[in-house]
This record gives sequence, C-alpha cells and structure tokens, in this order.
Amino acid sequence: MGMAAESQFHVLAVDDSLIDRKLIERLLKNSSFQVTTVDSGSKALEFLGLLEDDQSNRNQLSVSPNNNNQVVEVNLIITDYCMPGMTGYDLLKKIKESSSLRDIPVVIMSSENVPSRINRCLDEGAEEFFLKPVRVSDVNKLKPHIMKTKSKDHQKPENEEKQEEEEAAPKTKEVQSPQQQQQQSSNNNKRKTMEEGLSPDRTRPRYNGLTVVSN
Amino acid sequence: MALAALKAQLNGFVKSMHDEGMLDSQFTQIQALQDESNPNFVAEVISLFCDDAKRIITELHKYLDQPDVDYHKLDAYVHQLKGSSSSIGAQRMKLACVDLRQASDEKNKERCLQALNKIMYEYCLLQNKFQTLVQMEKRIFAYESNQQLKESGYAGVST
Repeated sequence: MGMAAESQFHVLAVDDSLIDRKLIERLLKNSSFQVTTVDSGSKALEFLGLLEDDQSNRNQLSVSPNNNNQVVEVNLIITDYCMPGMTGYDLLKKIKESSSLRDIPVVIMSSENVPSRINRCLDEGAEEFFLKPVRVSDVNKLKPHIMKTKSKDHQKPENEEKQEEEEAAPKTKEVQSPQQQQQQSSNNNKRKTMEEGLSPDRTRPRYNGLTVVSN
Repeated sequence: MALAALKAQLNGFVKSMHDEGMLDSQFTQIQALQDESNPNFVAEVISLFCDDAKRIITELHKYLDQPDVDYHKLDAYVHQLKGSSSSIGAQRMKLACVDLRQASDEKNKERCLQALNKIMYEYCLLQNKFQTLVQMEKRIFAYESNQQLKESGYAGVST
C-alpha cells in the first residue's frame, strides 16, 4: 500500500483553554490538517476510543470504535501539559501504554519552560515539546513526525512488537533493533529540536542551562 | 484610496499598542492567521479573551474577598489568565499576572490585592483599545466586502 497522495492528516488537539484551542485549530487548519479539538485528556481518550478496564490494569486498555461505530484515525495528538484532572503527561502515558495507540506521535505544549518537565515528556515518548504560544514554525515541525510514523507502520514486522513493549527509556546502549535505534536517534533529534527551538527570534526569556542527557 | 487609509490607521493603532508594551509579537501572529476565509479571526480571539479575562477577574476578586484566602485556587486562576494573556499577546496583562502569582506564592494578601488592582487596570486599558481596534477591523471588512460586491456587479452597500 503506497502513501496516499495529499489526503489530509488528522490532528487531535487537547487543551482546556478555549483561546488556545481556537489558536491551535487555526494554526493546524492553515497547514492543511484536519482538526478535532477537545478540552480534556479524558475526552481525548474517549475520542480515541480508548476504554479503561475496571480493574485499572494498564495493560488492559483496549480500543473500541467510538460511539459512531467508526474507527477514528488520528495521525498526531497535540496536547497541553497543564490541564485539570488528567495532565498532558498523564494522557501521553496512557497513549503510550496502549498497544493500539502508542504509535500515534504525541506533542506536548506548555506555557512554562521547565526542563525537568520537558525531559520527562520526551522520555515518555513525546515527539516534541512546544512552548506556548505555539507558532507556525512549530506546526511546520509536525508533518515529519507523522510521515515517520507512517513509514514505520509499513516496515514493522510482528515479532518486533514484543521487543518494543520491553523497551526501556531510549538512552540505553545495548544491542538495538532498528526500531530502537530509530527511536533513539529521533530522541536525539527531539532534544536538538528543543535546543534549536531556543532560538533568539523568540522574545520570551528562555532557559539556557538545560542539561541534556547524552546517549 | 480609502481602504489603504483605513489599513494604515489600524496598523498605526496596533503599533502604538506595541510601543506602549500592551501587545507583543504574539498579537502579530494572530493577525497573520486572519485571511479571506477567516476575516473575523482577530475579533473572535479578542472576544474570547475578554470574556475569559472578565470571568477570571471576577473569580479572583471572590477568592481574595474571603477571610481565609485559598491561594491554591487563586494561583490556578491566575495561571489561566496568564496563559490567555500570553496567547493573545497581551504583554502587560501577562506581567501583571506574574506579579499576582508571586504575591500569591508569598500568601501576601495585601500584595495580592495590589496586584489584582493592577490586572484590572491593565485589562480596562486593553479592553478599551481592543474595542477601538475591532471597530477599525469591522470598517475594513465592510469596505472590502463592499468592494467585492461592486466588482461582482451588485449594488454597493453603503458604509
């Protein structure tokens, strides 16, 4: 199956702030994304068709079609970090724990430049961390993550799935599968992106003493 | 040409708000998101911001009026207002929120009240200017719509 030409990618945006939802929606639509916005992590999970087992065993999260009985295809999730109830980090974790949703790239946004927070999210598997207010230049970084995931989908053999489940924080230097190497190099890129993101054209004060754990 | 004059007037007005520190570059980003398919985007965002700000300022007053101030709740609301201010590019509002947050961290009620007064003051100024700005946007939009009608051969709408 070849890459569908110019079909719109669907982004799910999660933010409790109405203004921010409006802004991110416009930014995404201007970049030709199809957009769904929700105001909480739990609504996001509902939209994604993720239902939690009553035993709260995280490995039992399963995917069901949503209320319309249509399977929703979401190509990327962008979520605010600070939200009441379920934070963006909590949402990220739940997505990465779900065997059916973990391959959807997740991007975190935050109004606060807290390096430990940024690192935590990237370690948990977030592709990018954007500082708010989000700009066009940030949105331009999204398509590559979607494309990368799509091509990974085509390559991934079934026996790699087990290895991915056991995958530790992608800083280890043991013998690695192509998937782990890809994940690791993409983590390097993430951190670079984060540092590159601290560019002088932005007028907010930036944290310069970021400690990057090198791989 | 009248349209150019209207636009120059708007630009000059926005520039003065920038010069006074009321707006920062984020507002320019918002303006850039407005186009023919979304001609009211700026006005809509301004409206959302003002509704949000009014609501939060009311809540802040409520919490500071209590004999036992719940600084945790206060902080949560200030955080929201700071976020909205930042998203629309309302620089002075954002800074006023930072002041209130600090005062709230210190659990200093007196300082909080002062900081809230400052927020209200900045909001009043900003809201006034935004009103003027939106009026200018409306005039430009009406003019441009009228032009389009004329060009497509319909009777002009008087502005």
